[in-house]
Amino acid sequence: MNTPIRRLSIFSLFLLLVLMLNVTWIQGFQAEAIRDDPLNTRKFSERLSEQRGPIQVADENVAFSDNIAEEGKPPRFQREYTGGGLYTPIVGSFRTYGASGIEYTENSLLDGSDDRLAVRNFRDIITGREPEGAQVQLTLDPAVQKAAYEGFKNLGGKNGAAVALDPQTGAILGAVSYPSYDANDVTSITDTEQAVANYTELENDPRKPLLNRALNERYPPGSTFKVVTASAAMEYLDAGPDSTMDAPDSLDLGRELPNATPGGTCNGGQPDTLAHSIQISCNTSMANWAIEAGGQNMSDQAAAYGFHPSAEAAESAEELTVPLEVTPSYVPVETDPNILGRAGIGQSNVEATPLQMAMVASGVANSGEVMRPYVVDTVRDSDLSVVTQTTPESYSQAVSASTAEDLTEMMVGVTQQGGSGTNAAISGVEVAGKTGTAETGEGNDTHNWFIGFAPADDPQIAVAVVVEFGGGSGNELAAPIARQMMEAAVL
Amino acid sequence: MSNTSAPEAPTALPPVKRRNAELTLIVLAIGITMAGIAIAGINISGGVPAAMWTVGLTFAALSAAAHVAMRFVAPYADPLILPCTLFLNGIGVAMIWRINAVEVEDVERAGVGMQLVWTAVGLAFCFLIIIFLKDPRVLQRYTYVSGLVAIILLALPAVPGLGQEHYGARLWIGVGSATMQPSEFAKIALVIFLASYLMNKRQVLQIVGKPIRIGRFTLIELPRARDLAPILVGWVLAIGMLVLLRDLGTSLLLFGTFLAMLYVATQRSSWVTIGLAMFAAGAFTAYLLFWHVQARVNIWFHAFEEDVYYAVGGSQQLVQGLVGMAYGGLFGTGLGAGEMYEVFAADSDLILATLGEELGVTGLLAILLALGLLVERGMRIALAATGAFNKLLASGVAFLLAYQVFIVLGGLTRVIPLTGSTTPFMAAGGSALMANWIMMGILLRISDNARRPAPQAIQDEGATQVIQR
Repeated sequence: MNTPIRRLSIFSLFLLLVLMLNVTWIQGFQAEAIRDDPLNTRKFSERLSEQRGPIQVADENVAFSDNIAEEGKPPRFQREYTGGGLYTPIVGSFRTYGASGIEYTENSLLDGSDDRLAVRNFRDIITGREPEGAQVQLTLDPAVQKAAYEGFKNLGGKNGAAVALDPQTGAILGAVSYPSYDANDVTSITDTEQAVANYTELENDPRKPLLNRALNERYPPGSTFKVVTASAAMEYLDAGPDSTMDAPDSLDLGRELPNATPGGTCNGGQPDTLAHSIQISCNTSMANWAIEAGGQNMSDQAAAYGFHPSAEAAESAEELTVPLEVTPSYVPVETDPNILGRAGIGQSNVEATPLQMAMVASGVANSGEVMRPYVVDTVRDSDLSVVTQTTPESYSQAVSASTAEDLTEMMVGVTQQGGSGTNAAISGVEVAGKTGTAETGEGNDTHNWFIGFAPADDPQIAVAVVVEFGGGSGNELAAPIARQMMEAAVL
Repeated sequence: MSNTSAPEAPTALPPVKRRNAELTLIVLAIGITMAGIAIAGINISGGVPAAMWTVGLTFAALSAAAHVAMRFVAPYADPLILPCTLFLNGIGVAMIWRINAVEVEDVERAGVGMQLVWTAVGLAFCFLIIIFLKDPRVLQRYTYVSGLVAIILLALPAVPGLGQEHYGARLWIGVGSATMQPSEFAKIALVIFLASYLMNKRQVLQIVGKPIRIGRFTLIELPRARDLAPILVGWVLAIGMLVLLRDLGTSLLLFGTFLAMLYVATQRSSWVTIGLAMFAAGAFTAYLLFWHVQARVNIWFHAFEEDVYYAVGGSQQLVQGLVGMAYGGLFGTGLGAGEMYEVFAADSDLILATLGEELGVTGLLAILLALGLLVERGMRIALAATGAFNKLLASGVAFLLAYQVFIVLGGLTRVIPLTGSTTPFMAAGGSALMANWIMMGILLRISDNARRPAPQAIQDEGATQVIQR
C-alpha cells in the first residue's frame, strides 16, 4: 500500500506547489495590474484625504478640497461639494470605496497623476512645490441646471431627468437627474462609517438617487420620437410638410391603436398632412409613415441621430462618453408592421435616454448636424495654463439642412395655438418642440416627455425632459420644465 | 503489492524520540506568535501591546503543556507535527488579535475572541485521543456507525429549525447564539469510515475488473457494476452537498478525499478516472441547472467585471482579497499595516489573503511550506504505520489537510472557484480548530505506535514466518 501513499504524497506536494507558484504570480507579477484595476477601491480610500483640483461650473467651484487639519499638523483634505444634489449626477462623488461622475472619469487629472500634467509636476518637484491636481471646468450653465432641478422639485415626488445641449457645439448646458443626493453626505473623511452607511442607504433607495437618469436610463420616448419618424418620411420617402397619410381614428396594429389627440381624431378620419400630424401628435398617420418607410429605413434614420439597432451593434460601435458613459438607445430593425407602426410613435422596442432625445432636438436645431455632446470644457493646471480644451466635433449628419428647416417649422407649430405643447411657448421667442406621452404597460402611469429648442430661427439651446411615470401629458408636466430651461438660456 | 499482514516499518526505524527538537521548534513557534502580536501592535498604535504577554503567554502555556504531555503519553510520536501545527495556530491567533485590535480601535482592549479557548479545547481533544485511543484500529468496529455519523453531521444543517444559513451557505447548526459547523467533524467521521470500509473491501475493489483495450494498450480497467455502489453513494452525497446545501467547498473536499483514499486502498487509477469523470459530469449538470452554481463559476471567470463585482453575492470579496495580496507584494506591508481587515471575513475565509498582504508572498510561502511539511509528515506516518487501516487513516488525514488548503487558497487565487472553506488551524472558528486538532491526535497516536520499539520478546521463539515482498 506504500506505493500509492507515496504517489498521493507527491500529489499533495504538487497541490501546494501550484498554490506557491500562483501566489508568487499574483503577488509578484500581477500585483501592479490588480492595483491599477478600476475595481480596486483602495486607490480611492488611500487618496481620500489628498488634495485634488477643483471642478468648476461657470468659474465657480462646485467641488473642491478643503484642508481640515489643525494648525501645524500634516494637511488632510476634505472634499466639499456645493449645490446640494444640483450637480451630483455630473460631478459625482469621491468616496472611501469608489468614485463616480467627473470625479471618477477625470480622476487622474484631478489628483495630478495624469501624464498630461507630467511637465508641470516635474517643474513642481524641481522647485520643491507639492504637485497639485488640475482644475476641471464644465460646460454646464448654472441657470439652466437650476431651472430644471427646481422644476422637478416643484413636481413633488416625481422622478425624471432633463438634458440641455448647445446645438451648435454639443456642449451640455444642463443635465439633471431627479431625485439626486448631496455628495457631502457620502464623502466625509472624518466619519467614514457614516458616509459609507449613507451611501448604502442610497444604494438601497427604491427611487434610485444614484442613477444618472439623464445619461444612463432608457425610456420609451413616446411621441417625441415622431420627429425621427418624420425625418425618415422626408429623407427616405421624399415627403414634405404637406404630404398626407391615412389618419384613421383607430388603426388595427394587432391591438387597436387609438389617436391620443384631444377629440380623438386627427383630421376627421381623412388623410392628414405631416405638419399637422406633428403639431397635434397624430398617432395613426405617424404609425403609417413608419410602416411606409420600412423597418430598415426607420432604424437607419434613428442611427443617424445616435440610436443603435441592437445591444450587439451598440457594443461594437464606438462608445459615447461625455466623458461620463452614456447608455446606448435602441431602435431595432422591425419587420412586423404591427410592431413597426408602434415603433414609429416611440413605443414597442424603441428606447431612448434623455440625452439621446436632446441629441434629436439639437440635430434638427443645427441644420441636421448632431454635435458630439461633451461636459468637460477646459482642464487647467494649477498655474491656470490650459492642459486640454474640448473642440466641438460633429457626431453625424442626421438629416439634410432643408429637412431640418421643414422639421423646425413643423415643431414650431407644436408650441403655437392648436399645437400639443403650448406650455413650452415663450412670449417673444419662437420655440420648436414636440410632446410625448409614453405608455409603460398595463396599469402603469405614462412617462411624460418634451423635446425642443429655442429660439427656432437661431437655436441657442436644445432640451429633452422626461417625467418618469408622471401620469399626465407631456404638455402638462414636461413642457413647463423645458420652457424654464430654455428661458434661462435665451431670455 | 498487497502486503496485508506484516508490519513493514517499525523495526526498520531506530527508536528515536527527538522530543528536544520538538521543544526547540515549539519555542520558535511561540516566539513567532508573540513577535507577530508585538509587531502588529507597534504598527497599529506605536507601542508593544500588553496582549503580547497576555495572549502570547497563554498560548505559550498551552504549547508547553502540549509538549510536556507528549513526553509522557506519546514519546515516540513524530516530533514535527506539534511544532508545525502550533506555528499555524499561533499565526492565526496573532492575525485574529491584529484584526480585532483595529475593529475595537483600542489595542489594549483587543482580544482574540474564543480562539485561545478553542485552541485549548482542541489540544485537550487531541490528547484525549492520544491517551484513550491506544490502538486506532479499534475504530474499525464502527465502520458503518462512523459512516452514518458523517452523513448525519453533513445533513444536520438542512434540518429546519436547527440548521442556520449564513452568507448563502447552509453550513451551521445552532441553538440561540451558539453555533457550530458540523461538516468539520463530518470530515473526521468520513475518513474513519472510508479507512475501515476500504480496508475491508479493497481486495475486491482492487482485483476484479474488465480491461478495455485498444490493441495491446490497456486504456482503462473498468470495475464490475456492483462494485461501483460505494463510489456512486459518495458521488450522490457530493452532488447533494453542492445542490442542496450549496456548499461547493465541502462537496469538493469530501469527494476528493474519498477518491484519494480509494486510490490508496486499491492503487487503481481507473477509480480516480471514473470518479473524476462522474464528478465533472455532475458538477457540469448542476452548473447548467442551478443559478447558485452558475454564480460561483461566473465569479471565478469574470471576477474583475463590474456587473459581477457589484452583483449581490458577487466577486467583491474575491477581488478585495486579490487586491490585498497585490498590495502585499514580495515582503508585505508588515503585520498590522495592511487594510484587509476592512474586508468581510478577513480573519476567517480570507485569512490567507490577509496574511498575504501583511507578510507578503514571502510569509505566505513560509506558511505553505509549514503546511507542506505537516502534510508530508502525515504521509510519512502513513508509510510507517502498522496495518492497512492505520495507513489509510493517516494518509487520508494528511491528504485532507493539503487538499483543504488547496481549496481555500486555490479559491482565493482563482485556481478553482472560491468556496468559503476554512484554512486549517488559522481561520477564526471553533469547529474547524477542534476538528483539526482531533485529526492531529489521530496522526500522533498512529505515529507513536509505529515508532515505538517493539516490546522485548520474553522468550526467543524466532520468527514464525517470513513473508517475502
